[in-house]
Amino acid sequence: MNVQTPPDKLTAKDFASDQEVRWCPGCGDYAILKSMHKALADMGASPEKTVFVSGIGCSSRFPYYMATYGFHTIHGRAPAVATGVKLAQPDLDVWVVTGDGDALSIGGNHLFHALRRNVDLNILLFNNEIYGLTKGQYSPTSRIGLKSPSTPMGSLDSPAQPCVFALGCNARFIARGIDVQAKELGELFSRARAHKGASFVELIQNCIVYNDGVFDGFTAKDVAAEMQLHVKHGQPMIYGKERNKGLRLNVQALQIEAVVIGENGITEKDLLVHDEKNRVLAGMLSALRSPLFPEVLGVIYCDPATSYDSAVAAQDALARAKGPGDLDKLMRAGNTWSVT
Amino acid sequence: MNLQTNPNKGAPSGAAVAKADVDSIVVRFAGDSGDGVQLLGHQFSQETALAGNSLATFPDFPAEIRAPTGTTYGVSAFQINFGSRVVKTAGDQPDVLVALNPAALAVNHKGLRKGGLVILDSGAFKERDIKRAGFDVDPRTDGTLKDFRVMEIDISKMALEVAKPFGLSQKEALRAKNLWVLGLVSWMYDRETNSTLDYIARKFGVDDPIAKANVAALKAGHAYGETHELAGDVAPVQMPSVKFEPGTYRLVSGADALAWGLVAGAQLAGLEAVLASYPITPSSPVLHILAKLKQFGITTFQAEDEIAACCAAIGASYAGKLGITASSGPGIALKTEAIGLAIGTELPLVVVNTQRAGPSTGLPTKTEQSDLFLAVWGRNADAPIPVIAACSPGDCFNVAIEAVRLATKYMTPVMILSDGYIANAAEPWRIPSMADYAPFKVEFRTDPEGFHPFLRDPKTLARVWAKPGTPGLMHRIGGIEKDYNSGNISYDASNHQKMTDTRAAKINNIANDIPEQGVEVGETKGKVAVVGWGSTFGPINRAVTNARAQGLDVSHIHIRHIWPLPRNLGQLLKNYEKVLVAEMNNGQMLTLLKSQYLLDAKALLKVSGQPLKISEVESAIRSVLAS
Ligand code: SF4
Repeated sequence: MNVQTPPDKLTAKDFASDQEVRWCPGCGDYAILKSMHKALADMGASPEKTVFVSGIGCSSRFPYYMATYGFHTIHGRAPAVATGVKLAQPDLDVWVVTGDGDALSIGGNHLFHALRRNVDLNILLFNNEIYGLTKGQYSPTSRIGLKSPSTPMGSLDSPAQPCVFALGCNARFIARGIDVQAKELGELFSRARAHKGASFVELIQNCIVYNDGVFDGFTAKDVAAEMQLHVKHGQPMIYGKERNKGLRLNVQALQIEAVVIGENGITEKDLLVHDEKNRVLAGMLSALRSPLFPEVLGVIYCDPATSYDSAVAAQDALARAKGPGDLDKLMRAGNTWSVT
Repeated sequence: MNLQTNPNKGAPSGAAVAKADVDSIVVRFAGDSGDGVQLLGHQFSQETALAGNSLATFPDFPAEIRAPTGTTYGVSAFQINFGSRVVKTAGDQPDVLVALNPAALAVNHKGLRKGGLVILDSGAFKERDIKRAGFDVDPRTDGTLKDFRVMEIDISKMALEVAKPFGLSQKEALRAKNLWVLGLVSWMYDRETNSTLDYIARKFGVDDPIAKANVAALKAGHAYGETHELAGDVAPVQMPSVKFEPGTYRLVSGADALAWGLVAGAQLAGLEAVLASYPITPSSPVLHILAKLKQFGITTFQAEDEIAACCAAIGASYAGKLGITASSGPGIALKTEAIGLAIGTELPLVVVNTQRAGPSTGLPTKTEQSDLFLAVWGRNADAPIPVIAACSPGDCFNVAIEAVRLATKYMTPVMILSDGYIANAAEPWRIPSMADYAPFKVEFRTDPEGFHPFLRDPKTLARVWAKPGTPGLMHRIGGIEKDYNSGNISYDASNHQKMTDTRAAKINNIANDIPEQGVEVGETKGKVAVVGWGSTFGPINRAVTNARAQGLDVSHIHIRHIWPLPRNLGQLLKNYEKVLVAEMNNGQMLTLLKSQYLLDAKALLKVSGQPLKISEVESAIRSVLAS
């Protein structure tokens, strides 16, 4: 265990623990971990003020590889444990690392409430559309028809869409990134950390062993540009290798359509401009799926509101403003009598 | 109950017995759940406490908030036993039953002592009400009540008459019935009504028409007793006050004492606390009370479910506050996995289990002691924790402090067992002084030198507590087995053996840090020991005292530390020819003691949702002696 006082300017290495990383070689988790080490160093985060809380699953081993405080908890419950950490120490920077099974299946209830309450947590949902640690069963984000040990004839149930779910829970910050896009992830992590309140980040993560290539339709090199839309606040929604594709709103149908600039008289002016604070737009963007649409990445929604933990702290402070409680006095309030 | 030896056999009794004969009286108020019976009982208890009597109460209410009016399952009751000698239970059999409607009579008349007094609200005995209560014929005329003295008063009419002038509707005015009864009963037992007048003023303000109507009803009930020549039938009774130990007293419920004890424990440990809970009967009052005590450094959190409540409490402990979660059996079952996490990560956690009758939803408002297995053994894998049981409402205070002490000193979850009866009942309580308690201040680890998160105190085997935010002590903990020497993940077989042994040794070692088992009443050896735990303390104690007064060789042993058991308990129990375990479950303490000491114990087991009766324990003692 490294117990030396860290130097003033920390590097990515200072955020890596001395533990051997045990994910499968080639797992998308490695890239995310590396981005996190670097992002925290870049942000000037302090290791002793940073806590990673996780549930159960491959991604939930994450805390062991961070040279910060870390708590590897039980299946699905990381948001609840992290809420307790925040209630006790609102000043800590608390990250929740979870997966699609952990967050959306066994822990769906806790994710819902952490988001709804707006607890100041940075919640990273590693979505690989599979149960990796338990050897490849389909997950709540798996596509219909997935053959897995528990669904040999193909899965039957409709998948959850993490960002749509988060928005439905009234999350105030929703973002999406891809495991290997280090630069973008760095930005997302920094935005998530800066956002006070629950920040929800879906990370598209390739499980090389049980679900390899499931995201290739939009992550593979040859299609990436055509199939990814990286949104930025105030910028028109343009994508494509030629930067000639975009999204516009069909007002009559109240739907988003993918269009090509220059075709049917469409110009850049016709395209939607991203507005992070527009919840309706966020809902539409979160639901877009390839191949009919590009997959939307970046900060989809950010509209801060008072965080639950800060409101609790304020209420506690208000109650304590009159001075500390006197238990002897409290117990003697009301009807008492003396025996001599 | 000595009223049974009243020489004036079959004659009016209860309040009507000669003054000299009365050293304790059991009164049971019963009515519809909307009749305000609990308030009536509570205020009468308050008046009685202020009069210096010993008392014990038993609120007995239905699970439905407002069951259909007039039905037997909507009957709410409140029983009080008060006396000029120390009262230990809410009483086996009421001497007086106040029934505010036929359903209340139907549910409660069988429990009344022969020759006891029934006070009926005749205004509530319309034919329809009588049918609704399940009587084919009017119970007042068919001999149902032949063993009792019956006093019929049209309480409804009188409440209406005094309350209506204040501009209340018929329905509102009728709700003053409970205060009218309180007035009458206060007259019967010579109680001062000032505390009730204060209560009404506080609750409604003096000028509120409802307040005025209630005050008028209270006075009218009292005046009724004075003027209606009840003397001779129901003469007022004076009951001398009990000689209590000197001190300042109050009435306290188990929920109050428990909540205050948790605050006290946190203060003695030098910690702030986070209570995370989910609403459940009968545990919710702990959450309600602590939610009002934020100025004591308590943060309360109503979580989305029981699991989240336990997890949030664990998160708070991890972050350096005292995590507390409170629930009842079904909720504790849900928390089980999370408690295992706190065991594995060796974090302090106080888990309050206010037991209720089960399994599953069971009887949510009725009492039982059937979570002993759940507390001691109810987790996956080898997962021991200390378990402490409270024996009375006031005792919850010290039990809570002890739980905090053990949790923080040994870095472990601790379970407190209370029950529905203790939580709701009230008793006179000598208010403790915080100056009399020795602090047990927690020391957080701050020194990075040689630090790892599973460094242990060689004596207690507790691991260090290092909270996030401390420079140089960054570390990771989790549910996976830890290496004994570094705290890092370890899948090593012999390490797991060592860690399992260490966790067990740490908890077993607590037996050396708790008092040796004593004997409450009687000798440390002899023919029979009656062993109890939790809220059966009162009836067992009284029964053993009575039996000894009759010359029987019997002792009372009350176990407070359920796990680990006191180190001398096994030896002590072997000193008796026979051991009788009395408990409100199907034999859980019995099994625990048999498994630990290979005892051949007998049992008195009861799971009716009602507290043990003194007479039940007495007859069990006799049959064990005869066997
Ligand atoms: S099973 Fe899949 S997700 Fe898990 S570590 Fe291996 S590659 Fe990564």
